Amino acid sequence: MKSRLSARNLTLAYGDRVISTELTLDIPDGAFTAVVGANACGKSTLLRSFVRLLAPKEGAVTFDGRDVSRTRPKVLARQVGFLPQAADAPENILVRQLVARGRHPHQTFLSTWSQDDERAVTEAMAAADVTDLADRQVEALSGGQRQRVWVAMVLAQETPYLLLDEPTTYLDIAHQYQLLSLFARLRDEGRTVIAVLHDINQACRYADHLIAMKNGAVIAEGAPSDIVTAPLIEKVFDLPNLVVPDPHTGTPMIVPTI
Amino acid sequence: MTSLVLRAGRFSARAERRTVVVSSALVVVALALGLLGLCYGAAWATPGEALAALAGQGDSVVVIREWRLPRVTAALVFGAALGVAGAVFQNLTRNALGSPDIIGLDAGAYTGALLVTVLLSGGAATLAAGSIAGGLLAAAAIYLLSWKAGVSGLRLIVIGIAMNAILTALNNWIVLRAELEVAIAMTSWSAGSLNGVDWADITPGLTVLAVLFLLMAALSQAMHQSVLGDEFAASTGVNLNVLRPLVVLVGVGCTATVTAVAGPIVFVALAAPQIGRRLAGAAGVPFVPAALSGAVLLLAADLAAQMLLAPTSLPVGVMTTAVGGTYFIWLLFKETKKS
Repeated sequence: MKSRLSARNLTLAYGDRVISTELTLDIPDGAFTAVVGANACGKSTLLRSFVRLLAPKEGAVTFDGRDVSRTRPKVLARQVGFLPQAADAPENILVRQLVARGRHPHQTFLSTWSQDDERAVTEAMAAADVTDLADRQVEALSGGQRQRVWVAMVLAQETPYLLLDEPTTYLDIAHQYQLLSLFARLRDEGRTVIAVLHDINQACRYADHLIAMKNGAVIAEGAPSDIVTAPLIEKVFDLPNLVVPDPHTGTPMIVPTI
Repeated sequence: MTSLVLRAGRFSARAERRTVVVSSALVVVALALGLLGLCYGAAWATPGEALAALAGQGDSVVVIREWRLPRVTAALVFGAALGVAGAVFQNLTRNALGSPDIIGLDAGAYTGALLVTVLLSGGAATLAAGSIAGGLLAAAAIYLLSWKAGVSGLRLIVIGIAMNAILTALNNWIVLRAELEVAIAMTSWSAGSLNGVDWADITPGLTVLAVLFLLMAALSQAMHQSVLGDEFAASTGVNLNVLRPLVVLVGVGCTATVTAVAGPIVFVALAAPQIGRRLAGAAGVPFVPAALSGAVLLLAADLAAQMLLAPTSLPVGVMTTAVGGTYFIWLLFKETKKS
């Protein structure tokens, strides 16, 4: 398994509150990796450490073998894009302006709107299906539309790595599956997708690689069809359940038996 | 709304049409007011005479080039500096109340200036240094006091308002304890005034501000990116740990430089960025409209201060306080209703 993005012996903490210790992980290249686990198990914290939002107390996150904390921010931002859980748009900003902000790592003081920038923004808006909203104000959009605008912004960044923290929150079920299919398509085009997902069935359906976390530690890792069993799910979520094949895709499907 | 794109070789830029139109209009208004400022005085000059004098012709060259032009220049550049300072802190706090005059940075700069005057009795350079040091110390104190696992804009503003009250009291105490002639000079200066400024007074300040404006221009893209929130800013390549101290330095530097020369001129930094933002209909608080609005606002206020009780010239700070104070009350009312 090839991997450019890795975590080595991470200790992650917010002040004195330690979330994870001795966390070691390799994110498989060109795959769709889903991180699952109960609330507050350290999934988001792990993702935040990957994009330098949280400096590890010990250990390091490496990209191409280099410690990301020693990489220049714009250089890393051309490789790894991040969609946080809650994003707050500035007042008055138009959709096309917000999506264009995703180009920041590619811009310099003297070049703030190159032809590449324009093409990337147009393509990102088309991919996230927000082209029709281009001249609307972001604050006037519905929650679901707004989430797709943020996704377009991250896509405009044109990074080979996409880190997504619960990207399907606020979306109705149809838009959830459309968005996940979009990420799967991007994976097919060669990008690496790492998503924290709440819905374990969606994770099993879309992910090539599943990381199951509990209390800050990784307790299972691998292809969903290899690792997802009723005892594992019971252990991760404290939920009695049955695992059956998804009638549509054949991937594992969890049926709670509570 | 459409945008204008400029591309040449490796260079490219884009601006919203409305921002360009509004900025151009503000430049025209500033120039027109500037011309009015050159014409107005004990004896009116016609615009033709004023322009001729600028070019070095006619009888009123000294009056216009040495007396009126420095005052007009100071009002325009200092107004722009206050607009930039306001935009810096309003962007940082993501709040229209986050302005250096409200959160005690003017008062801190004034404390620094008072202390060096009373203790060191130095010249213009010492005064400027003391003023900048005072502003930076006040900013550091507010930042540390509002730190609680990160800094939230609103907490910083509330602590800043308290800091402003404390420093204002301290300033009054220093003036009370100072010797009489120092106290008199300090008191008239404390109102914020451009009365009687000449080139020698303002040249050092203009130089410092030119450097700060250039620094701000270099930082402005990252600053606008940071308005998306810490997470997006960091993940799109903004180094917040470097950006924040630098923009605070620019904001405090602008405020303190103006304070050192003209005294604390309040409310321009509060109002100008919001006027610019609303006129331009822009996202966040853009710097160019803020600077231009500040220039127009301060020059207009200074002209009004000269004309209102002519031939007596009021301190411009009195005008900005009267007009800006009303705006501040309205803003407080609106913000508290929102939260």
